[in-house]
Amino acid sequence: MAKKEYSFYPGCSSQKGASSINYLISTNSMCEELDIQLNHIPDWNCCAASIGYAGGGELPRLALSARNIALSEQAHPDQDIVATCAACWLATKETKERLDESADLMAETNQALSAAGLEIKNNKEVRHMAEVLIEDFGYEALGAKVKKPLEGIKIAGYVGCQTNRPFGIDGESYENPMYLDKLVETLGADPVKNYDKKVQCCGGALAFSEPEKSQDMIKDIIGAAYDGGADMIVTPCPVCQMNVEVYQDQINEKYGTKFNIPVVYYSTLMSVAYGRNAKDSALNGQIIKAKQLEAIANK
Amino acid sequence: MSELNNRVVEKYRNNFLKEVEANVEEGDWVKMCMQCGVCAGSCPLGDAWEHTPQKLFMMIRAGKRDEVLSSDAMWMCTSCYNCIVRCPRELPITHIMHGLAHYAARLGLSPKNQPTQKFAQLFWDNLTKTGRVNELKLGLNLYFMNGFSEGVKKSLEMRSIGQGMFFAKRLNPMEILGGHGVKDQAGFHAMLDKAREIEDAKLDKFGK
Ligand code: SF4
Ligand code: SF4
Repeated sequence: MAKKEYSFYPGCSSQKGASSINYLISTNSMCEELDIQLNHIPDWNCCAASIGYAGGGELPRLALSARNIALSEQAHPDQDIVATCAACWLATKETKERLDESADLMAETNQALSAAGLEIKNNKEVRHMAEVLIEDFGYEALGAKVKKPLEGIKIAGYVGCQTNRPFGIDGESYENPMYLDKLVETLGADPVKNYDKKVQCCGGALAFSEPEKSQDMIKDIIGAAYDGGADMIVTPCPVCQMNVEVYQDQINEKYGTKFNIPVVYYSTLMSVAYGRNAKDSALNGQIIKAKQLEAIANK
Repeated sequence: MSELNNRVVEKYRNNFLKEVEANVEEGDWVKMCMQCGVCAGSCPLGDAWEHTPQKLFMMIRAGKRDEVLSSDAMWMCTSCYNCIVRCPRELPITHIMHGLAHYAARLGLSPKNQPTQKFAQLFWDNLTKTGRVNELKLGLNLYFMNGFSEGVKKSLEMRSIGQGMFFAKRLNPMEILGGHGVKDQAGFHAMLDKAREIEDAKLDKFGK
């Protein structure tokens, strides 16, 4: 297969020394194995995620994502925009659709962009990396690259909200999307069947501002994974990953649970299954170590 | 209460629905709600809501302006999009919630010390400063948003998480010195200023 190229929007949490740098590192390794070239959008800015709304009105928020799209059009005119962060993908794709629907918003956005010497045509697809894997490769092609099957590991596929709703992955249901389970199977591991907190909200940004309410939901997400016999949880979203991994001690203290379950990205699993070492798979980025993956990666 | 608020009250005297339609993001959808209650049953923080989206939309039509805009309900939205994909009338509920929250904040009517509002404002200020989020400063501002002694307590509570992130190379203490940002600072800020100017002009037109 020929090399595939995409216009890549890494997002703030993927920057060096930021909370999901491990997502970017493992994604890079995964992409090398799949012969994917990610061309970073030059000088991209933050998308304002889903929480910028207190300070930012509609147009300033649309302008943020429009600037990224415009820069992508300039630098990589023939490539789809691809994001790994669920919130980045959602904000950018939402902006694309909103501008498509309203000529007024489009004109006003372009007026704002012109102050930065930019213009948006808005003719690009905005895709999540999971879509690229499933639609441009497919499970069979993804499976063909596996060098070290993740045998004997039971994994709960936690899809969460924003890669699932409102857009989701084509052909999947909102209530029970199967793509993470299929991916887990493709890599030789064992998906938790009927994981009933698969699409439960983790609280998103409210994990910071309403920690008690969010941790109550996170407790159920982890509890259901344990109930299904999971050794670890896999997710496609940096907010989910962070929220489900880092509060386990606090939840244990409050609820008397004994949670200590690793939460990894699909790219972590793929990088290890594709034969990359622990460093390339960013296993050192786990706060709760994924020992089974370390064992396979060090083999 | 702000001067802008006085002006919009004067303009829309008895018609809060019209005010929402004109000034709130996606507000013209509110009248499409058929009060089926699906959104109310879909909300993950359902128990924490003072008013569900369903109820807020009813209150808007009933002209309960102060109750809606001073409510902390909109600030409980986690942006999970459960409601959007289930609403039989396809209302962009999540966006209306954000729009109402923003509008209330703008008029100075939102509840004081609402933690999500504070965080959302910190997030916006943080990202618009350089064009990219500085997670360390965002976190510290968040912990210290209720004053110094509260902040020290909160930082201690969160210490083990911070250490874990640091050892996993997912938190960089040097970010305090500046950190990431876009190169075209001038263009970035000019664009945001322009966007704000256009939006203010729209609201002003209605308010006068
Ligand atoms: S689900 Fe839609 S139609 Fe039903 S109450 Fe909620 S907003 Fe109204
Ligand atoms: S998007 Fe907001 S309003 Fe809708 S169900 Fe989720 S939390 Fe509730």
